[in-house]
Amino acid sequence: MSDKHIDELSGVETTGHEWDGIRELNNPMPRWWVWTFYATIVWAIAYAFAYPAIPMISSATKGYLGFSSRAELQQDLDHAKLGQAQLHEMITAKSVEDIDADPTLREFAVSGGASAFKVNCAPCHGSGATGGPGFPNLNDDDWLWGGDLAAIQTTIAHGVRYETDPDTHVSEMPAFGEILDLNQTRQVAAYVWSLTGTPSDPALAVAGKQVFMDNCAACHGDDAKGKVDMGAPNLADAIWLKGRGEDAVARQVMAPKHGVMPAWQGRLGETAVKELTVFVHSLGGGK
Amino acid sequence: MNLFTAQDPTDVDRINAEPVNARRNRQPLYAARKKVFPKRAEGRFRRFKWIVMLVTLCIYYLSPWIRWDRGPYAPDQAILIDMASRRFFFFFVEIWPQEFYYVAGLLVMAGFGLFLVTSAVGRAWCGYACPQTVWVDLFLVVERFIEGDRNARMKLDAGPWTLDKIRKRLAKHAIWLVIGAATGGAWIFYFADAPTLAVSLFTGQAAAIAYTTVAVLTATTYVFGGLMREQVCTYMCPWPRIQGAMLDENSLVVTYNDWRGEPRARHARKVQAQGQATGDCVDCNACVAVCPMGIDIRDGQQLECITCALCIDACDSVMNKIGKPRGLIAYATLDEYAGNMNLATDNGHGPVQPNRIRTEDGGFVGTVRHFNWRIIFRPRVLFYAVLWISVGIAMLVHLGMRERLELNVVHDRNPQYVLESDGSIRNGYTLRMLNMVPAPRKVVLSLSGLDGATMRIAELGNKDGRSFTLDAAPDAATSLKVFVTLDPKAVKADGFLFVIEADDHSDRATYRAAFNAPGDAL
Repeated sequence: MSDKHIDELSGVETTGHEWDGIRELNNPMPRWWVWTFYATIVWAIAYAFAYPAIPMISSATKGYLGFSSRAELQQDLDHAKLGQAQLHEMITAKSVEDIDADPTLREFAVSGGASAFKVNCAPCHGSGATGGPGFPNLNDDDWLWGGDLAAIQTTIAHGVRYETDPDTHVSEMPAFGEILDLNQTRQVAAYVWSLTGTPSDPALAVAGKQVFMDNCAACHGDDAKGKVDMGAPNLADAIWLKGRGEDAVARQVMAPKHGVMPAWQGRLGETAVKELTVFVHSLGGGK
Repeated sequence: MNLFTAQDPTDVDRINAEPVNARRNRQPLYAARKKVFPKRAEGRFRRFKWIVMLVTLCIYYLSPWIRWDRGPYAPDQAILIDMASRRFFFFFVEIWPQEFYYVAGLLVMAGFGLFLVTSAVGRAWCGYACPQTVWVDLFLVVERFIEGDRNARMKLDAGPWTLDKIRKRLAKHAIWLVIGAATGGAWIFYFADAPTLAVSLFTGQAAAIAYTTVAVLTATTYVFGGLMREQVCTYMCPWPRIQGAMLDENSLVVTYNDWRGEPRARHARKVQAQGQATGDCVDCNACVAVCPMGIDIRDGQQLECITCALCIDACDSVMNKIGKPRGLIAYATLDEYAGNMNLATDNGHGPVQPNRIRTEDGGFVGTVRHFNWRIIFRPRVLFYAVLWISVGIAMLVHLGMRERLELNVVHDRNPQYVLESDGSIRNGYTLRMLNMVPAPRKVVLSLSGLDGATMRIAELGNKDGRSFTLDAAPDAATSLKVFVTLDPKAVKADGFLFVIEADDHSDRATYRAAFNAPGDAL
């Protein structure tokens, strides 16, 4: 680098670097490039002072503007909450029927209920509220404890067979395995299934009718359509909570299984329960 | 000066103008810019440019203030880009975001339009209508008004920082900044109701983005129009390079006609008296002095030339003064120029010989080619014109035929179907109904196909039916949850249509949807 070398062809100074006789020209950068470069340096220094930039041992420098993405998010959330406060108040104050009748409140309650559902209800009822064996599908029009807004609200608020809530829904079907013999069980199962589908043996079903009248009609009704106030399911429709088919009915007759649903009023508060009610009702099966 | 000065009409004062951006003076990119001090030109092209400047500036500044009544449900601004509600209004046209292809069509037209103009009249866009040209012109008006014309400005620039110089410079830059702010200020009026925004802008109530936009555009206008000027065209703009590839031998370019100008002579009579031939160019440098790009048009076609034609005006006035025909510098095609050069130089076998193109009485010989307007209407230009018009007509036809009602349907994902207690199957759909006119409408929703199916809508009281009348909000999208119920025995694999139609039958939209059912139901 000590002796300057000027390229013969272009008349430009070289850097002194040479590879196989090829020398690198030392052209200065264009002016616009240099100034843009200086501007980025100035920007970088100003940025490092204004914003969190330099990592220290436990955190980074705070920056003159005190910017924090976490604080900004909190601000946004607070702002959103403030905007929703009025709607929440109205939902708290009104009955579920009035909320459902007001388009704005209904829309707000449905979306609020949908998110509460995903967090609290989806583990049992599924993210699409379609349930599963033993867990009711909330989309259909078959309701164990009633499908109008008030009934749904009561069920969500106080749960089903939830011991710590005095207002919870209670119903218990006796285990008929100790009362009916095996033949009667098969007869009544065939009869119940004949109300929905085709029984394995029509003669069994005919015989089962009397067994049903003697043992089951008290709760499920003479027409087997169930009784909502007793939590007795409708056995004459297409929907089966515990499983379809004669065998499934027989199993349930001998040793019934009973589901439990927690009471949500205490955990979520009345407003969220109302929102959940409107949401569940809006799924399509609400009465 | 010598004795000839008084007697020789061709002896005009030579302006000491250096074409700082001419190729022979070009500096490396790291050197500081040499300033250009364009002299004021007079003439027909300058007059035309004043008119273009007035018209384009008026369009830019006044357009947002034009009112256009669209009724109570839409803004009354003729041209409005409403970002917040995602609408674009242009007089009788309203465009929704999904119709952005109209804007793409306009850009296609702008592209073809530039090709058309370039092939017809060369770089006319650069020379007359480009905002950079117009605003630099405007900034130069201010500069001349405060600091005087070329010589005064050069003197002031070279002189020491006296109180007078500081005062003039402050005034000039202040006015430039005001123009910049007005430019940025006008821009934002396209994006909001202009009168409202104007009030809030001046009372400090406007949104931060408005002030930021004004600040950014003030800065760019000031820097591009006041400080960078010709460098924007030469170094930043891609268009001169694209146009360079588009020019052909029939394109109109501003041309110095060497064949009649050379050999140039400053004291023609004196030179002629010495027995040498002279061309028409008296080497007065008037063309160099007026050039805003700092080049010498006599060097021939060059990238820097924006064809503003001010050198034509400057040269024509000199030709008038010395009693020579105008057009030493003129719009000419390369073809025409090359033909005349061949004539003057004996097909390039020697230097330009004035006697080869002139008759005894000073006129041009018959074989000299002159500009013919018919060259503009050659096939290439007509092709671009047809292309440009076709895109325009296609867009207009499409605009006239478009439906102002749109329907989008999303089938519920979870659950895909629901079994009802009576054994029927229910599917849920979210309908999004777009009423794209600024008036509320009654819209009839019905099912086409899927015999036996019924719809239910919670907002309409959950009654079963195959047709419902809905209220569509003006200029808005309405979302609606619809449940369709069907006996599983009637389920068919092919889909069905949701149909919406305005109750006056003016618009109709359909959406093909599927009805899902468990496999054993089919």
